[in-house]
Amino acid sequence: MNVFLMYPDRDYDPRAPLPVNEADLTQDLALGTLFQAMAQGDKFLFETARQAILTGVEDLEALRYRQEVLKDCLKNPAVVRALYQIPIDSIQNKQRHWLGIFSRYPAGILSSAVEMLEMFVGLLRRLRQIAAEHADDFESAGFRRFFAMIEQELDEAYFAEIEAHLRQLRFRDGVLVSAELGAGNEGTNYVLRKPNPPEGPLVKRLLKRKSPVYSYTLHPRDDHGARALGELRDRGLNLVANAAAQSADHIDGFLTTLRQELAFYIGGLNLYEQLTGLGQPVAFPEARPSEERRHDFHGLYDVCLALTMKKRVVSNEGNADGKDLVMITGANQGGKSTFLRSIGLAQVMMQAGLFVPAERFTANLCSGVFTHYRREEDASMKSGKLDEELKRMSEIVDHLRPHALVLFNESFAATNEREGSEIARQVVDALLERRIKVFFVTHQYELAHGYYARALPNALFLRAERQADGSRTYKVRPGEPLPTSHGEDVYRKVFGRQEA
Amino acid sequence: MPFHSILFEKETVLQETNQPPACLGDLNLDQVIDAVTAKKEEYDLKPFFYAPLADAEIIRYRQEIGRDLQNPAWMAQVKAFAEQMASARRSLKLSEKLDYEYHKKGWYLEAALTYCRAVGSLAEALQATSLQSRGFQGLREYVLGYVHSPVFRALDEEARRVRAGLADVKYNILIQSGRFSVRKYEDEADYSLEVEKTFAKFKQGAAKDYRVSLYTGKGMNHIEAQILNFVVRLYPEPFAALDAFCEHHPAFLDEPLAAFDREVQFYVSYFDSIAALQEEKGLPFCFPAISAGREVEARQAFDLALAGSLRFEATPLILNDFELSGAERIIVVTGPNQGGKTTFARMFAQLHYLAALGLPVPGRSARLALFDRILTHFERQEDIRSLRGKLQDDLVRIHDLLAQATPRSIVILNEIFSSTTLKDALFLSQAIMTRLLELDALGVWVTFLDELASFSEKTVSMVSAVSPENPAERTFRIVRRPADGLAYALSLAEKHRLTRGDILERIRP
Repeated sequence: MNVFLMYPDRDYDPRAPLPVNEADLTQDLALGTLFQAMAQGDKFLFETARQAILTGVEDLEALRYRQEVLKDCLKNPAVVRALYQIPIDSIQNKQRHWLGIFSRYPAGILSSAVEMLEMFVGLLRRLRQIAAEHADDFESAGFRRFFAMIEQELDEAYFAEIEAHLRQLRFRDGVLVSAELGAGNEGTNYVLRKPNPPEGPLVKRLLKRKSPVYSYTLHPRDDHGARALGELRDRGLNLVANAAAQSADHIDGFLTTLRQELAFYIGGLNLYEQLTGLGQPVAFPEARPSEERRHDFHGLYDVCLALTMKKRVVSNEGNADGKDLVMITGANQGGKSTFLRSIGLAQVMMQAGLFVPAERFTANLCSGVFTHYRREEDASMKSGKLDEELKRMSEIVDHLRPHALVLFNESFAATNEREGSEIARQVVDALLERRIKVFFVTHQYELAHGYYARALPNALFLRAERQADGSRTYKVRPGEPLPTSHGEDVYRKVFGRQEA
Repeated sequence: MPFHSILFEKETVLQETNQPPACLGDLNLDQVIDAVTAKKEEYDLKPFFYAPLADAEIIRYRQEIGRDLQNPAWMAQVKAFAEQMASARRSLKLSEKLDYEYHKKGWYLEAALTYCRAVGSLAEALQATSLQSRGFQGLREYVLGYVHSPVFRALDEEARRVRAGLADVKYNILIQSGRFSVRKYEDEADYSLEVEKTFAKFKQGAAKDYRVSLYTGKGMNHIEAQILNFVVRLYPEPFAALDAFCEHHPAFLDEPLAAFDREVQFYVSYFDSIAALQEEKGLPFCFPAISAGREVEARQAFDLALAGSLRFEATPLILNDFELSGAERIIVVTGPNQGGKTTFARMFAQLHYLAALGLPVPGRSARLALFDRILTHFERQEDIRSLRGKLQDDLVRIHDLLAQATPRSIVILNEIFSSTTLKDALFLSQAIMTRLLELDALGVWVTFLDELASFSEKTVSMVSAVSPENPAERTFRIVRRPADGLAYALSLAEKHRLTRGDILERIRP
């Protein structure tokens, strides 16, 4: 029995390695805010959201599979939350009743395993109940397969079979063990046996019995004998205790997987409820193969900014279809960084299978999202700032593959403009040649203008808008780079009153 | 000739002693023998290693056996035999200690079965293997005769038949609280498999193993003994057959085979311990030729004890040659300290000792002499309980040594008279050397006295060499050349800028 709600053909691996740049990515895109919104204070949901978003899928089919499952969740939130409660109850039951297999003796292992199995049977019955009542409300391939499996595998006959075993495993009539004579006539090959069912009427059975039976009753004070008999019993129970304990583990594993895979969608539900509560639009993105170059968005906003401000925030629209390079210039504090972050966030959310913060969003998949942001100077750092930036760039290059997405934010500006521009140009040209998509926020006119002058067909230039009066709309629009970033506007905004 | 022993071709009564020859400690061969026999204590092998042979014919008898054992397939067969024999002895010992009748008899039967298997496989292997040595050919004849003897065949056949009868016994135990009952097995189903099957659908990948490794020590408590009693009543015939077997075969170990089992370990233990050096370090071993006279030589030889202690280190072991031809009798080794002189002297004696055991020696090739004893004098810590001074002590020991020495002895002297003045040491050494050469014994003399090196045509000078590039570096090579302490002393002085030129330069007028 497999859950298979994250992938059509395999379990979700919660321990899959995170990308090497996960720390930078989390910091630069402010992913912590997103994880918290999905987790709503639940540590497990937080970890699941973090893992799933940082290890998105590159396979279009798997992505659509998740999107469909998530759509079902948005449609049936109560049923999905009730399903999620089943593994949660399992964990709580285990804690409350001290269930677990800790014994070092087969008899102890067996009785712990039977107790756990009894508890699981109750939960599996509830799972079966939900499937029977609500399966028809779900449309996604993932949920339809899941519910069909539950109805087929966990039928009444199966529950009866399990319960018969659970009664038998108490061994109220004693433990029947077969044995043979090994070296030195010592008993060996102990095998637990199921007593043969009585055949025919009593008289016939009495006639049929061939073997004489020899019995021995221990003296009540024969402690040594009782211990020896217990050891023999353990020898007989060893394999069945193993089988029962492994079965309990397997069901536990199934419930753990169910919890793991549903947790992602519960996170999605939580996020959806908050964003719609803020009146922010969300849309299921149209993902395109990674070989294509698509970026077409409408009403795209920075989801983390919205969650932090707890209100509607500025959104952007644009079309970068066919573009490998998007260069963003313009006014300081004009919304360049926010826009860049919204591009990165939408990409990682899309690749995790989530909806995106936009009214409409189409983009090609990428083989990894990388961020190269200017960092605060670290006092402990021995190497210079540019040196540190180049070192980070080199680490990124170690892990880049074609069709990756790299977001630069004011990179290579820790030197004079000519040198910085030249370094950036060397880097960007190489990336473009390797079919890597680049978004580059810069105030370096020489860099931006240099690319503009080359009139590349696969480059798009956006500019943070500044009104004639110096005020910002925080929107980016297509526009040629300008030789000034209007820093004096900001200067005046800060110092203006005192100066005056 | 009837097979007598794998150590001696003819009837020989070896006075087994656990007292090592006096020279072993100085030669570090005590360490070697301890290591070789460490894992084989049950065989009590040391007496064999403490008895070097003076008879070239017996040495050759053993060398032939050693060559046969260099065939890995045959060595494996010999070891397999040893393992089975050890197992049979363990079962037999166990059987003697046990209390319950059929438990005891069961282990006796087990011992007999193992013994028969051991002998049977040895006989098969002896037939299937091409063996050149007189020793193993004699053994083959003996073992084939034994396995076809009525005594052995009766033992083997009856043991198998009785065991087969017991192996067919299958019974059920119903365990309840404070009581149990035993009856015959009646095809009841394996219940663990059924449980596994029911829950198989939840299986996801590998599962934790909850099987408890229950104590399976040999032995039987009174509950198991009671169960066995019931089983005897359920199936009386196979146990009656066991009774009969024990009556028919009150003892079964063949004495010459038991002796072979022990004695062949002399070879096995030594070959095992040199195998590590051969395989891991690529060190050469050879069966030496036995010199008819007093001429000896060895190529690429080494100190076996040192090789053993360097086994796990990266330090390479230096191989050295020696040769005494014509009238040459004594090798005089001079040169810097820590240069490998003592190791060289030990090696010379070790090769002779090991050759006299009939074993391969540590070296590429060798021709070695027989000896009646190896006499050593290594410098000792001053004994404060001794009333004599150190010099006198030295002289007393040398005197005893010379009293024992014969023309067939090997003498190893290491840095004697180092506690007296140069003049005295030279005088005493020359006197001793004169007596040694008169005696015509073979030997090595390690000394700081260059004068001894060119004492007569019977002495050979060898020097521990230094590296020309870095005079302070030891090469541990001992080469045949005139003693000239000067070259070394000069180079060392240069290193410390203490040559004449250096000192003149450093001390300006």
